[in-house]
Amino acid sequence: MYEMAQKVALDIPDGAYVNLGIGIPEFVADYIPQGREVIYHTENGLLGMGKVAEPQTQDPELVNAGKKYVTAIPGAAYFHHADSFAMIRGGHIDICVLGAYQVSEEGDLANWSTGNPDDIPAVGGAMDLVAGVKTIYVITKHCTKTGSPKIVKQCTYPLTGKNVVNRIYTDLAIIDVIGKKLYVRELAPGVSFEFVQQNTEAKLNR
Amino acid sequence: MINKVVSTAKDAVSGIYDGATIMIGGFGEAGSPVELIHALIDQGSKNLTIVSNNAGSGHVGLAALIENRQVKKIICSFPRTAISVVFPELYNKGEIELELVPQGTLAERIRAGGAGIPAFYTPTSVHTPLAEGKEQRDFNGQSAVLEYAIQADFSLVKCLKADRYGNLTYNKTARNFGPIMCMAAKTTIVQAKQIVEPGAIDPEHVVTPGIFVNRIVEINNPADESKLVAEKIRYHGIKS
Repeated sequence: MYEMAQKVALDIPDGAYVNLGIGIPEFVADYIPQGREVIYHTENGLLGMGKVAEPQTQDPELVNAGKKYVTAIPGAAYFHHADSFAMIRGGHIDICVLGAYQVSEEGDLANWSTGNPDDIPAVGGAMDLVAGVKTIYVITKHCTKTGSPKIVKQCTYPLTGKNVVNRIYTDLAIIDVIGKKLYVRELAPGVSFEFVQQNTEAKLNR
Repeated sequence: MINKVVSTAKDAVSGIYDGATIMIGGFGEAGSPVELIHALIDQGSKNLTIVSNNAGSGHVGLAALIENRQVKKIICSFPRTAISVVFPELYNKGEIELELVPQGTLAERIRAGGAGIPAFYTPTSVHTPLAEGKEQRDFNGQSAVLEYAIQADFSLVKCLKADRYGNLTYNKTARNFGPIMCMAAKTTIVQAKQIVEPGAIDPEHVVTPGIFVNRIVEINNPADESKLVAEKIRYHGIKS
């Protein structure tokens, strides 16, 4: 998973305003190449989020969207929720990196609900992010734990957004979504196009 | 003379009535007005509709209010947290109603409520289950759903500093929903860590102007919700 975070980091340009989803996407920040200045937004009201806080400096009133204790960089800004989501929904954030349950060949994303009626539904900011952020990158294992493809013709889980994903980073490949088609941009070391296609329900293009 | 300061949390929540809609600030524990919520538990109003981003942790604060069966419905974006036990249990038993709202839509509905805007269109949630049954319209080739403003009878908000006019500043990411919730309620009730003289907050640094605030109580040593949860504290209320 860290390799995927590293690959995403290479694609984040100097000067970008970036929102990282909870979980593996958070590790992207650790791999930004030296010399690039990237500003992290967390939707609970901080632009200029720094590293996770050390135990002795943890402040329960300085947290990220995953409610982890974090730090703020010199030059950071705090703001209220409507302003924070104006940054997201108003198209001011350049890149958002999210996890996924499923991505469809047209770039539909399902990442908030498995549709299981026993689960407590919770959505957070995911639908706002995919609707408003300019570029959406997804980090995901290529297949589920049971080996089912996660890149599918049509999502069977409830959607977070339609035609929203721009690029998918998996343990097998990096795949672009262009004009409602999937194009393999890069293969993981030792992995063939055919092998990736075998593990993908949707049609892949070279 | 204008003086919005009251002396106790009990005085601050007086007059909250059964069936009221109450906005409660906070993103998890950051900004959660724990002392005001506990005073509301002591006070005992029932059948409340709560608007809050989360649904509480452990058995204190908002979770304790729910556990005390005072909440009929919650409007929120993320009712699960790692240590959220009360809401899931009641929800699975069908004993509390949930209106799930994307977080940005929740914030904007509250902001609109405070700004006198009855409804607005947003592309957020289009083509998802959360848009079902909502009016849709296309703008410049993009679909958007109609979302209605939320107004409340009361808001409970935590801030860092307040003066007697109700001018407020906040602490870091504890600001979150506070400023917009102050705008969207008929009666806004604030707990401040410190009450200062008018003028002590630089007018350039006022985050919530006093016009949006009705009552202020100083709680100079507010509890950290996470510590209460870690100590397995259960708040049952003080019967008066």
